[in-house]
Amino acid sequence: MKGHIHRYDAIVVGGGGAGLSCALEMSTRCRVAVVSKLYPTRSHTGAAQGGVAAALGNMEEDNWEWHVYDTIKGSDFLGDQDAIEVMCREAIDTIVGLEHLGLPFDRTPEGKIAQRRFGGHSREHGKAPVMRACHSADRTGHMILQTLYQHCIKNDVHFYDEYLVMDYLQEKGACAGIVALSILDGEVHTFHAPVVVFCTGGFGRMWRVTSNALSLTGDGGAILLRRGIPLEDMEFFQFHPTGLYKLGVLITEGVRGDGGILKNDKGERFMERYAPTMKDLASRDVISRAIYTEIKEGRGIGGKSYVNLDATNIPKHLLETKLSEVFDLCETYLGIDVSVSAIPVEPTAHYAMGGIPTDVDGRVVIDDWKTIVPGLYAVGECACVSVHGANRLGTNSLLDIIVFGQRAARKALAFLKENCVPDLPPGADEWVHAECDSLRTRSGAGEKRESMHLIRKELAKGMMDDCSVFRTGEKLRSLQRKLKELKERYRKAGITDKGKTFNEDLVEGFELGCLLDQAEATVICAANREESRGGHFRNDFPKRDDVNWLKHTLIHYDPAKDEWRIAYKPVVITKYKPEERKY
Amino acid sequence: MKYRLRIKRFDPERDQKAHWEKYEVDLEPDDRLLDALNLIRWEQDGTFALRRSCQHGICGSDAVCVNGRNALACKLLLKDIKQPIVVEPIKGFRVIKDLVVDFDRFFEQYRSVMPYQVREGQLPERERLQTPQAAERIADTANCILCACCTTSCPSFWANKEFLGPAAIVQAHRFIFDSRDQGTGERLSLVGDRMGVWRCRTIFNCTDCCPRSIKITKAIGEVKKALLGGIE
Repeated sequence: MKGHIHRYDAIVVGGGGAGLSCALEMSTRCRVAVVSKLYPTRSHTGAAQGGVAAALGNMEEDNWEWHVYDTIKGSDFLGDQDAIEVMCREAIDTIVGLEHLGLPFDRTPEGKIAQRRFGGHSREHGKAPVMRACHSADRTGHMILQTLYQHCIKNDVHFYDEYLVMDYLQEKGACAGIVALSILDGEVHTFHAPVVVFCTGGFGRMWRVTSNALSLTGDGGAILLRRGIPLEDMEFFQFHPTGLYKLGVLITEGVRGDGGILKNDKGERFMERYAPTMKDLASRDVISRAIYTEIKEGRGIGGKSYVNLDATNIPKHLLETKLSEVFDLCETYLGIDVSVSAIPVEPTAHYAMGGIPTDVDGRVVIDDWKTIVPGLYAVGECACVSVHGANRLGTNSLLDIIVFGQRAARKALAFLKENCVPDLPPGADEWVHAECDSLRTRSGAGEKRESMHLIRKELAKGMMDDCSVFRTGEKLRSLQRKLKELKERYRKAGITDKGKTFNEDLVEGFELGCLLDQAEATVICAANREESRGGHFRNDFPKRDDVNWLKHTLIHYDPAKDEWRIAYKPVVITKYKPEERKY
Repeated sequence: MKYRLRIKRFDPERDQKAHWEKYEVDLEPDDRLLDALNLIRWEQDGTFALRRSCQHGICGSDAVCVNGRNALACKLLLKDIKQPIVVEPIKGFRVIKDLVVDFDRFFEQYRSVMPYQVREGQLPERERLQTPQAAERIADTANCILCACCTTSCPSFWANKEFLGPAAIVQAHRFIFDSRDQGTGERLSLVGDRMGVWRCRTIFNCTDCCPRSIKITKAIGEVKKALLGGIE
């Protein structure tokens, strides 16, 4: 061992909402540290805008079982119904718990938590939209992140900020810790712990147009994939219908929840044709496909590749107070006043439904026999419980991270009582040293130095062109070949910065490797699933096929042979049999 | 369009002291300053270090000093900045490398004001009730993203690094004026300390540069008032 060693009961990887919720729950009962490549308050949970779902019924009648049905239907019946029941039932106490921590929610005139409408959330199994999204203006994620961080500070959680986790350690089949690079000084640190919870977020940066932060490169999933853990349902990635045109920055569904309308070049409210009941509040996959169809058929605004989100019917004082982030974003980046002008929007790569397979207690499950890896957990966007199935409903991700963050923490605490600490595997940090050395020393083949940036750009373009809202087998297979070529080039590409201090070049180099692995998994799974369901739409197989495809995909990777293997596991169906999905 | 930049560079492994480098990038007027900095990193000089993440003003990573004024690089459009665009690290903290500064002191200040809700006694089964007016009271200061634009533009902080600085006081304000919080007395005595609010000379640099448009000087004034006469 060349580097530093730290010992903890539990390590949480990632300081977003999932990680902080988990760390906070464990903080008073064991020695826990959060290892995060960003300062926790910089995490992308803070960018979530519109709200967090719970059937509080503060504005109108609601029922957590309606929430269950909506989530299952939203998932296009691929979500595991036992897990969805857990999430929706626990939602109410969870949101009340956040209020008790001091989260500044908006309030009703009676002083209760205020709620708004959101896509796919309905009363009485799809009859009409319901107000279920608990909100703090349109910065709900910011408030959740800040509130959780505040209490972690209060409870003296140890933070290792700006540490890039690069490897996961296992000994005799059980979790033994992680290895990370301190970005500040380039030193390698080994964290020896019997419990590790991965909360590393999504991987939206593999697409050209995305709402995701630069840091969302799928590190957690890629690290585990290389260590023999499969990923689940990677073909399902959500494109949010309303990203700011060209920038991809998220414009919350709350705009439509509060009355905003999507319009095409003719000024027509086109969602009436695609979703007669829920209209602009249909689920995201449905609306993103509708927007792309409008654009393809020549009804984008001025023939360009965007439509308008018209919020001018919302009173200006509401826009300025309850949708102030959107108001500010449009003013800053487009110079428009949304109370007067429509917002130009296009679908933007937003959220990974798939990820590290877990059970309802966050334990990583590696096959269809419910085999767990002792001590290894995953929560949040990097995980796949699966509560979101083939398409996530808006406001369910903020709920997911809190509910399952706490559940994983409780399960891990029980695990700690019953199990001893595995030894560190021999040469625990060797791989990370070798990887850093390789990134620093390889210089690219041929005359022209290979550029990491160019590879990243080609990846993003390929994924956008051939693996976004509409897909075909042929294009996916050619993209798969392209990815192989990009990975070849990546293995030779070097970095400019050879230093140790705050080497962003090294960080980005590692991140690109993670993105490439996640992209390959995504494309292979997308080419494999010959049906259309939720966020995965195949032009060559436009119908859902429950006979052959009502099952989860598990993809395994063997890095030594560079080989991929696909397996399946059944969907858990309790109460709601699959039915035709209409909004 | 071509844009000219001058960036203050410093690499502790190579340089004795900071120096200026010139760059030129080809971008659109509506592009962000951060797009220019990213382009320099990705296409011109991979050793150039800066922090950034969300790219739209919510994560608070990319606070820099642009033409003498603090801002988030992702919230400035190139067309709105005078050329050559002079970019340097925010001032008052140790420079680690290029535009990256050491935030340890900043988070120490943050931690020192008890930046969390204090509560005593039984909690109800459901949410505590709070009027919309009471919720509104902290809406402005709860907006803070801890980017440090304010603290590192404050002459009182530059003069005395022991001063809490505006950002920590904004955090304290968010709890002092929260009708649900029960730690007011203790928190007030922390910010009323000799290194607290009274070091503020109402220079307004903080308010002028806050990327979240928080009325910081006003908030500090309200804390001063609370110290003198209690909470209204």
